[in-house]
Amino acid sequence: MVAEHSVKKNFSVTLRVWRQAGPNQPGKFVDYPATDISPDMSFLEMLDVVNDGLTKIGDEPIAFAHDCREGICGTCSCTINGKPHGPGKGIATCQVYMRSFGEGDVIVVEPFRARAFPLIKDLVTNREAFDKIQQAGGFISVRTGAAPDANSIPVPKEDADLAMDAASCIGCGACVAACKNASAMLFVAAKVSQLGLMPQGQPERDKRVLAMVKTMDEAGFGNCSNQYECSAVCPKLITHDFIARMNRDYLAALFRSNFKPVSGASDGGA
Amino acid sequence: MNLLVSLFKTSIGKKFLMALTGLVMVGFVTGHLVGNLQIFFQPDRINGYAHFLQALGPVLWAIRLFLLVCVAVHVWAAVALTLESRAARGPEAYAIKKWLSATVASRYMRLSGIVVLAFLIYHLAHFTLGVAQPGTFKTALPEWKMLEDAREFGFPLAAKGDVVHDVYSMVFLGFANPVVSIFYIIAVGLLSVHMLHGIDSLFQTIGWRSAKWSCLLRKVALVYCIVYFLGNLAIPGAILTGIAKPAVGTYAAQKLAASPAATSSAVQP
Amino acid sequence: MAKLDSKTPSGPLADKWQKHKTEIKLVNPANKRKYEIIVVGGGLAGSSASATLAELGYKVKNFVFHDSPRRAHSIAAQGGINAAKNYQNDGDSVHRLFYDTLKGGDYRARESNVHRLAEVSVNIIDQCAAQGVPFAREYGGLLANRSFGGAQVSRTFYARGQTGQQLLLGAYSALSRMVGQGGVELHTNSEMLDLVLVDGHAKGIIVRDLNTGAITRHSADAVILATGGYGNVFNLSTYARQSNATAIWRAYKRGACLANPCYTQIHPTCIPVSGDYQSKLTLMSESLRNDGRIWVPKKKEDAKKPPASIPEADRDYYLERIYPSFGNLAPRDVSSRAAMRMCDEGRGVGETGLGVYLDFADAISRLGEPAVRERYGNLFDIYHEITAENAYKTPMRIFPAVHYTMGGLWVDYNLMSNIPGLFVLGEANFSDHGANRLGASALMQGLADGYFVIPYTIGDYLAGQKPGSRPKADGAEFKQAEQNVQSMTEKFLANKGTEPVSHFHKRLGKIMWEHCGMARTKAGLEQALQKIPALREEFQANVKVPGSAATLNQSLEQAGRVADFIELGELLCRDALTREESCGGHFREEYQHPDGECKRDDEHYAHVAAWEYQGAGKTPLRNTEPLNYEFTKMSVRSYK
Repeated sequence: MVAEHSVKKNFSVTLRVWRQAGPNQPGKFVDYPATDISPDMSFLEMLDVVNDGLTKIGDEPIAFAHDCREGICGTCSCTINGKPHGPGKGIATCQVYMRSFGEGDVIVVEPFRARAFPLIKDLVTNREAFDKIQQAGGFISVRTGAAPDANSIPVPKEDADLAMDAASCIGCGACVAACKNASAMLFVAAKVSQLGLMPQGQPERDKRVLAMVKTMDEAGFGNCSNQYECSAVCPKLITHDFIARMNRDYLAALFRSNFKPVSGASDGGA
Repeated sequence: MNLLVSLFKTSIGKKFLMALTGLVMVGFVTGHLVGNLQIFFQPDRINGYAHFLQALGPVLWAIRLFLLVCVAVHVWAAVALTLESRAARGPEAYAIKKWLSATVASRYMRLSGIVVLAFLIYHLAHFTLGVAQPGTFKTALPEWKMLEDAREFGFPLAAKGDVVHDVYSMVFLGFANPVVSIFYIIAVGLLSVHMLHGIDSLFQTIGWRSAKWSCLLRKVALVYCIVYFLGNLAIPGAILTGIAKPAVGTYAAQKLAASPAATSSAVQP
Repeated sequence: MAKLDSKTPSGPLADKWQKHKTEIKLVNPANKRKYEIIVVGGGLAGSSASATLAELGYKVKNFVFHDSPRRAHSIAAQGGINAAKNYQNDGDSVHRLFYDTLKGGDYRARESNVHRLAEVSVNIIDQCAAQGVPFAREYGGLLANRSFGGAQVSRTFYARGQTGQQLLLGAYSALSRMVGQGGVELHTNSEMLDLVLVDGHAKGIIVRDLNTGAITRHSADAVILATGGYGNVFNLSTYARQSNATAIWRAYKRGACLANPCYTQIHPTCIPVSGDYQSKLTLMSESLRNDGRIWVPKKKEDAKKPPASIPEADRDYYLERIYPSFGNLAPRDVSSRAAMRMCDEGRGVGETGLGVYLDFADAISRLGEPAVRERYGNLFDIYHEITAENAYKTPMRIFPAVHYTMGGLWVDYNLMSNIPGLFVLGEANFSDHGANRLGASALMQGLADGYFVIPYTIGDYLAGQKPGSRPKADGAEFKQAEQNVQSMTEKFLANKGTEPVSHFHKRLGKIMWEHCGMARTKAGLEQALQKIPALREEFQANVKVPGSAATLNQSLEQAGRVADFIELGELLCRDALTREESCGGHFREEYQHPDGECKRDDEHYAHVAAWEYQGAGKTPLRNTEPLNYEFTKMSVRSYK
C-alpha cells in the first residue's frame, strides 16, 4: 500500500472562492487555480499553499478560520461544494483531504451562511451568538470550591454516555449553516440535553431550557423544520434525537412554569 | 411569561401549535374520509349521516369553528415560522445547496400546504357553502326521503321516512365533472405528502420521537398516507371511471342518464 | 539581575499549602469589586481563573484571540486528567501522585509546587463533576479510571478520548455563567500585543482586535497570562496552528524571566510528515503501543520497499531489541530518540524516510481483527482519514512530534512572575512539570492553577495595592506601549519583501528540529545560534505582509507571532546549550548513560535557568533559582 501510495499523482483543481473584503462590502466568487496538489494534503493545507502563492504575487490571501486542524476546536467553517465542512461524514473542514477531489474539479468554497453568523471577511464569520446562548444558561451554577465529592453524585452509565454524546459538540455552527432555516436547534439541544441528562443539572433544568431557547430566538436563528440536515453535517454526528428531547423539555418547562405555585405569593390570584 | 403568549411568541411554541393543530386536522381528515366512504353504500347511509351532522346544530358550528381556528393557527404559524426562517438565512444565498437527509415531502411543505389550502377553500365552497357549483349543491337538489332507519354502531342517525338533503346525489354529480375530480385528486395527493412529513414532524416537535422507533414511525406514517390517499382517490376515481354508479332511482342516476354529455361512462344502466 | 524569590512556605511538605493559605493576605469581600483583573487566554487555566475570580467578586476582563474561549487548544487533549482520589483503592495518595510527577519531571521541578498540585487534584475532579462534565462511569454510576504512563495506579479520569474538550467546556460554562452575570467582560478576537508596566508593576495590556484592527489600551490592578505553550516554535507540532508565544514573549521583553525554555516534550506516536505543505502533526494515542510492535527494516535498501515484502528476518524490532524489559512500552522520550536514531541510520520508512512502522499484524493474528478494532477502531479511522492507508492490512507509520513545552515564564509559589502584579498560569508558566511532563498532568495543572491556586494567591498581591489605585489607561506608559505595537504593525505592512510569513516559519522549524529537537549537541546548538539570527535578519528584510491593518489580516497576525518565535527559538537554543546535562525532554548527546538514558548533573544543574531580557541584540542574562530537595531524594530515572 505504501508503494501504491507513493505513485499517486499530484493534480490541479480550480477553486471558486467567496471573496468579501468586509462585513458591509459586496462579495463575489473568484476563481483561483490550485496546481500540483498532493492527494495527501488536507483541504486547509491546499488553501495555505494557494494563499502563499497569492501573497507572493501581491494579492491578499483568502481569509479562512482554522486552528487545531484535528477536528476538535470547531474553528474551521467552510461550505465546500454545497455541504458545510465538505465531502465526508462526521468530519470538520480541517479533516477533508484533497484525495476527495479529482483532476480538473471546480471546488466551490463559501462561508457558513446565516444571518446570526454575520460575515467578517471572505470565509470567516462571527459565531458569537453561540456564546450568548451559552451565557444565558448553558451551565450548572456551582461555585468553585463548593462541589461535593465527585462520587457522591452517581450518574447511571447510560445517562453519562448519552450526555457525552451530546457534549461532544464542537460549536462549529455547521448545523446552522446546513439548515435551510439557519436554525440552531441542534447546537442548543446538545447543550440542554447534556446538562439535563445529569443529576447535577436538574435544579436549573427548566430555567436553562427556557433561557437558552429565548436567547436562541433573539439571536435571529430560524426555526426547525425537522429535516435533519443538521445532524447529517455534524462533525461529531450528534443526533437530532436531542432536538426532540429539548422540545419535550421546553414544553414541559413552559407548562410547569405557568402552573407552579410562586414562592412569596400571598394569594392565589383573583 | 404567560403560557399562551409564550406559545405564540417563541419558536418552539409556534411549532408546538403547528403540531397540535396539525394533529387535530389529521384526525379530522381521517374521520371525514371514513364518513365519505359511505358513498359506496346505499344512499340512506350517507344521507342519514349528513342529516345527523346537520342536526347537531350549535355543536356542529362549534366543531366547525374549532376546525377553522385550527386551520387559521396552522396557517398563521406556518407563515410566521417561514418568514422568520427566511430572514434567518441571511443576505446571501448559497451558490450550491446539497440536500443530505431532508425527505422530498419535507422540502415541499410550503408548496403542498398552499395547494391544500386553496383546495380547502374550494372544497368548502363546493360541498359546504354551495358557491362553487350551485347547480348540484344539496339545497338545489330534490330532497331525499329515507327508505330505512339509518344507524351507526346502533346509534340512530335518521329514521325511515325522514326527509333529508340528498348529499349522495350531490357527490355523484359533483365528481362527474372531470376537472373538479382531478383537482380533488391532486389536492388529496399533496395533502398525503404534506401529512407524510407532518406526522413524522409532529412527533419530533412534541418530543415523542427517537432513533429507537423513528423508522417504525416513518413506515406507519407512510402506510397511513398511502391508505388515506387511496381512500380519497376511490371516491372521485370510481365515479369518474364509472366503477361506482349512483343507485337506481336516485336523482343523480336520473340526471346522469339524462345528460350523457356530462360523463359517458356514468350513464350506463 | 532579577530577584527570584520562590516564596516557598516553610514547614513540612504536606502542610505548606494549608499554612500558606492561612498566612497570606486577604482582600475583604466589599473591596474585591474595586479591583480589576485582566486575564489573557481562555483555555483551561484562563477560563477557570476568570470564572473563579469573578465568583469571588473581582471585576475580570478576559481576552482571548480566538472567536470564543471554547476554541483554546486545551480542547484537543485526549487522554485524561490525574487526581489522587484513590477511588480504585489501589494505594494511590497525594504523596504518590506528587512523587510520580516529580520523578517524571526528572527532578527539575519545585517540590512545594508539585505537592500542591497533587493536593488540589482531588478538588478538580469534584468541581468538574459538579459542573456536569460527562466523565466516563462504571455501571454503578461512579467514576471510572484508567492507568497512564509513569504511574503504577489507576488515577486517570477521562471522558472518552475528549477529556480536554470536556474539561474546557466545563470551565467555559463556568466562565459563560459569569459573563452572563456581568462578572466577566469577555473580549474575543483580541490578541495581547504588549504588557504595560507602571512603576515596575504589571498594570495593563495593549490589545489588537483581530477583526477590526483596532488597537486598545486596558489597565487593571493585576494581569494574568494563561496563554499556553510555545511548541509552534518548531512549526510542525501537535499544537493548534494559531497557538503562539507572543503574550509571554512580549512580557519577557518587558522584564519577566523565561525559565527553562529548552524543556520541550516530544511525543513518540504521531502521524509522520507527508510533504512540505504540512501544517500540523496529529497525535495517535500512546495506548497503541500496548499491542503494536515497532520496527524498521534491517537493511537501508529495504526502507522504500512495501513492508509486506520485507521478510520477518529482515525486520529490526529495535525497541524490543534495545530495551528488552520495557520493549515497545519504553517511555516517551526514550522511544522517540530511538526512532530518530533509526531514521538517522537511513532505515526510516515512508516517502520522507522519517517514520517507523507500528505493526498490528501480530496483535491481529493473536486477538483477531474485531478485538483490535474494538480497542483502537477510532484511532485506525483517524489514521485512515489522514493517510488513506488501512492499518489493519499494512503497518502504521509513526514519528515523534513536539507536543508540549514544560518551560515558560518564571513564577514563584504564588504564580507571580518576577514582575509584581504579573501572574502566569498553565502551560505558559514553568512551574510544575520540571524537565518532562507525565501524561494526564497538563489538564490537572491548568485547572489547579485557575480554580484553586490563583484565587487565593492573587489576594496576597492585591491586598498590598490600594483599592482604586489602578492607573488610567491613558498614562505615558500605555501610550508608549501602544505606539510600540502600532509601529511594529506598520513596519510589517510597509516591508518590501517577497516571501510569505510561512516560508520563514518553516525554515525556523527546520533549524529547531534539526539542532534543538529530540537530541541536541553543543556543535548543533552553536550552529543554530548562528542560523537563527541570520534568519531573523532575513525575515525582517524579506517578509511580505499584504493587506491593511484595519481589517482581519491573518498574514499580519502570523508575522508578529513568527517574529517572536524566531527570537524565542534563539533563546531556546541558548538555554539548551548552557544546560550541560541531559534531563527529561532535554537530551544532550554528550551527556548520556551507556544505555542511552539521560545523564543528569545534579551537582551543577539542579536549578531553574530563568532568562532575563537585556535589550535588543544583547545576550540575555541567565539567572538561576536553586532547586532544594528537602523531602525527596534525587535518583536516576531508569525504565530498564
